[in-house]
Amino acid sequence: MNSTLTFPNWLLRLRNTVILAGVGAAAVWGVLELLRPPVGHVSNALRLPKQKLDDILQTAKRVDADFEKSWEQKQLKPTAKADDLTLVRRLSLALTGSIPSLQEIRALESVKDVDTTQWWLTQLLADRRTSDYLAERLARVYVGIEDGPFLIYRRHRLVDWLSDSLQKNRPYDQIARALIDSKGVWTTSPEVNFITVTNENKKGPDEAKLAARVSRAFLGVQMDCVQCHDGKLGSTWKQSDFHQMAAYFGQTDFALNGLRDDPKKNYKFRYLGKTEEEVVPAMVAWKPELLPQQGSPRAKLANWVTAKENKAFARTIVNRMWALLFNRPLIAPVDDIPLEGPFPEGLEILADDFIAHGSDLQRLIRVIASTRMFQQSSHSADPSHPVTEGAEKCWAAFPLTRLRPEQMAGSVIQASSLSTIDAETHVLFRIKRDIDVGNFVKRYGDSGEDTFDDAGGTIPQRLLLMNGNMISENTKNNPLVNASTRIGMLAPNHAMAVEAAYLSIFTRRPNAEEAAHFAGLLTSAKSGNSRTNAMTDLFWTLMNATEFSWNH
Amino acid sequence: MKTSRDPHCACNSSDHINRRTLLKGATAIAGVSWLTPLSDLLALEAEKSPKGKPARSVILLWLGGAASQLDTFDPHPTTKIGGGVKTISTAIKGVDFAAGLEQTASVMGDVSLIRSMVSKEGDHERAFYNIKTGYRPDPTLIHPSIGAIVCHELPDAKIEIPTHISILPNQWPARGGFFGAQYDAFQMYDPKNTVPDVKARVDDKRMDLRLESLSVVERAFAQGRSADLDQTKTLHQVSMQRARSMMTSDQLKAFNVKDVPAKELDAYGDTPFGRGCLAAVRLIQAGVRCVEVTLTGWDTHANNLEGQATQVKILDAAYASLIRDLKKLGLLESTIVVCGGEFGRTPKINNVGGRDHWPHGFSMLVAGGGFAGERVRGTTDPEGVKKEPEHPVFVEDLHATIQDLLGIDHSKEIMTPIGRPMALSKGEVVGELKV
Repeated sequence: MNSTLTFPNWLLRLRNTVILAGVGAAAVWGVLELLRPPVGHVSNALRLPKQKLDDILQTAKRVDADFEKSWEQKQLKPTAKADDLTLVRRLSLALTGSIPSLQEIRALESVKDVDTTQWWLTQLLADRRTSDYLAERLARVYVGIEDGPFLIYRRHRLVDWLSDSLQKNRPYDQIARALIDSKGVWTTSPEVNFITVTNENKKGPDEAKLAARVSRAFLGVQMDCVQCHDGKLGSTWKQSDFHQMAAYFGQTDFALNGLRDDPKKNYKFRYLGKTEEEVVPAMVAWKPELLPQQGSPRAKLANWVTAKENKAFARTIVNRMWALLFNRPLIAPVDDIPLEGPFPEGLEILADDFIAHGSDLQRLIRVIASTRMFQQSSHSADPSHPVTEGAEKCWAAFPLTRLRPEQMAGSVIQASSLSTIDAETHVLFRIKRDIDVGNFVKRYGDSGEDTFDDAGGTIPQRLLLMNGNMISENTKNNPLVNASTRIGMLAPNHAMAVEAAYLSIFTRRPNAEEAAHFAGLLTSAKSGNSRTNAMTDLFWTLMNATEFSWNH
Repeated sequence: MKTSRDPHCACNSSDHINRRTLLKGATAIAGVSWLTPLSDLLALEAEKSPKGKPARSVILLWLGGAASQLDTFDPHPTTKIGGGVKTISTAIKGVDFAAGLEQTASVMGDVSLIRSMVSKEGDHERAFYNIKTGYRPDPTLIHPSIGAIVCHELPDAKIEIPTHISILPNQWPARGGFFGAQYDAFQMYDPKNTVPDVKARVDDKRMDLRLESLSVVERAFAQGRSADLDQTKTLHQVSMQRARSMMTSDQLKAFNVKDVPAKELDAYGDTPFGRGCLAAVRLIQAGVRCVEVTLTGWDTHANNLEGQATQVKILDAAYASLIRDLKKLGLLESTIVVCGGEFGRTPKINNVGGRDHWPHGFSMLVAGGGFAGERVRGTTDPEGVKKEPEHPVFVEDLHATIQDLLGIDHSKEIMTPIGRPMALSKGEVVGELKV
């Protein structure tokens, strides 16, 4: 059929005008987004009351003084305070597992007359990303990374419950008691999954595993080393210490109405050198006077573990939170703290403050983040006296540590998007993000349970970053999603494009040499296509740098 | 502890020519067809080891989940712990295996059998740690696995690919421990696929430009930091350089078995584990120090007899072909091959027809690299009552023996990061197993 439709000229002109106006509006909106993204979700009003803040800073100062004394004795010169953006990056990585977005950086820089670090901390502690991420990190401590098909769902329920508790800033002693002394069905009382995930091969709760988890996760004692024999190499623990703690879970049982305690049951074990199994009494290895008189064995244990006078509990979470913020614990291994000391600088002050303020986790995070140790630079301002490993070990400089795989994956994805990826991001995008992160973490090398070892980079990691799908997909030419393309399209000039890339990936601005180098490359790109490639190369380069893979 | 030793030395091109020439000769003699195309590509380190020289590489075949000694290498068919196992005779007089291991039985002239392995670890993770490192887990430090020790102590392999490789790793691949993450095993999966992420996404010119830009960025980060930060701590640029060498290396061909004729693949059983064993031979031939290949699925707490038989079928073809090919290539004398699980399984059969964990007398096959063939060490109680086997070989003794055969002084003490000197192995060499 050969018919041609004809339109009046005015209609065609109107159509063209509408299209041009649309493109124009999109370009203006895009440029605005790049230079000054919306700040709607961050509130200037969210600030900590002055009195509370002063109290926190006072404790932080006492911790500082403890370290300063030690530096003086060792004749160590601490590094200078890091700049605001570096601190913001550290906080975002520690609390959300990802670097801040360009949108967040612009918002931060638009807020006036605030202590940026404290203000950002307030934002983050109210952010669901923080409670989700911290819940996952803590779940690794409580239940490991058990991943049987049935266990995954139970674990998810537990992580959600933990995240809710953290979001509400539920006192940490209450969280611990709920985990140890939980009852009910695993779907409606998610905290019981601390115990149900040990139900391997449906043999019932694994008392030994639970004793190991409780002693390590809540008391910083590696008592499971004496599971098979009395302690060696200077350890004073006895095999009976471990099994007597396991005996607190001897009555724990699964029934139709969920997890419960059955007084008829008990824990039996055959000790080394004995021929017969024997019923093991439930007893604690220190401070038995803190045990309540009444209650089920688990209730007694839960109360004893979290008793104010049982300071191992506070020390353990202080060391763990310090490790989460610095990527390195105050005392290593993170779950092996001597009961009677000696304790490293800061630990006792922080533990006392934690106990005195009702096991307030958010306060603990604030205090640690307000210390000089957290806020000082990871490099020296004096090139002739660079930071040494020894200075780092004594916390005279912020320690350089390798990012965890999920922090790497989260950061690649975040750096590739101009806006913040959070709970408000479209669900399909978040699902894709979770799948991408999972695949990346598997290849990068999951560090398993929440350990803090000083590992260097490996060949598979570099191959993954240089040639892997995630970097390639997130930096290639994609004007709808990828920051590299969008910055290239929208930035008014090359210098601003380079700056936006640096802020998105490194959370800092380029130095003069870097700015000139990359602006030069963009200038020499003659066609639109080669400019897009130059932007992709810029993103690839920054994501493959040491600075991106290491927390600094 | 950081080390200045480099396990991934740069390749010397003149060596390639000599090694290639040598390999072509070896191939002609051996008549193994898949080597012909490979020989043109591999920078081969496969000099034959004259008799009496220490071994130079190790292959570890892990039967993950723990094979049952009673349904593989130490059957007691006529006793109440037999569990219905049927037996066959082997190349070693008076030694029977479970039916299904016919091919393995035929190569036992080159293999010795330990029936009295003893460990103190009955939990999978702890036992894997123990069997791979020779030490029991210690909360204060991570011990290096045997592959990491080999790479650390014998660092002169001039190859461009990682010298410590884990094929089909389970949750606990071999680690560098206190030698550092650079000694961790490079993990790869089914060798029918190419190694992932080794192909650059851009052409050489653009890659050079990217690397030039990277040096500008690295320069900025290095300011105010220790000059040897990369070598002693981050290993970022060091690993990148090694990754780059690997990406452009012809030796990458050794990783996958695509070019191997179907007939020879079939000999290995054409299973992921079989292909892993074949790739292990090729990698050893290319100069790799240590390859571990894992076959999981042995944790038969229920239906033990059927479960073990299924895995035995996969193991038999792969193991026997690996021994045969190493021998044909003249590599068996220089390559130690160890095969076994993290522990054994109980004599007692549980009420769902399964066998549980048993670290008190389980079996291991050892061959090559100075291990004698046709020998048997230790016996277990046919009634399954006595826990202790006769002539026990403790896990640490196996490690000491392997290190001894490699010419490594196993008693040498290394200063660990926690300031505690630690011997490479605290075991004793089992002389009876040596040639």
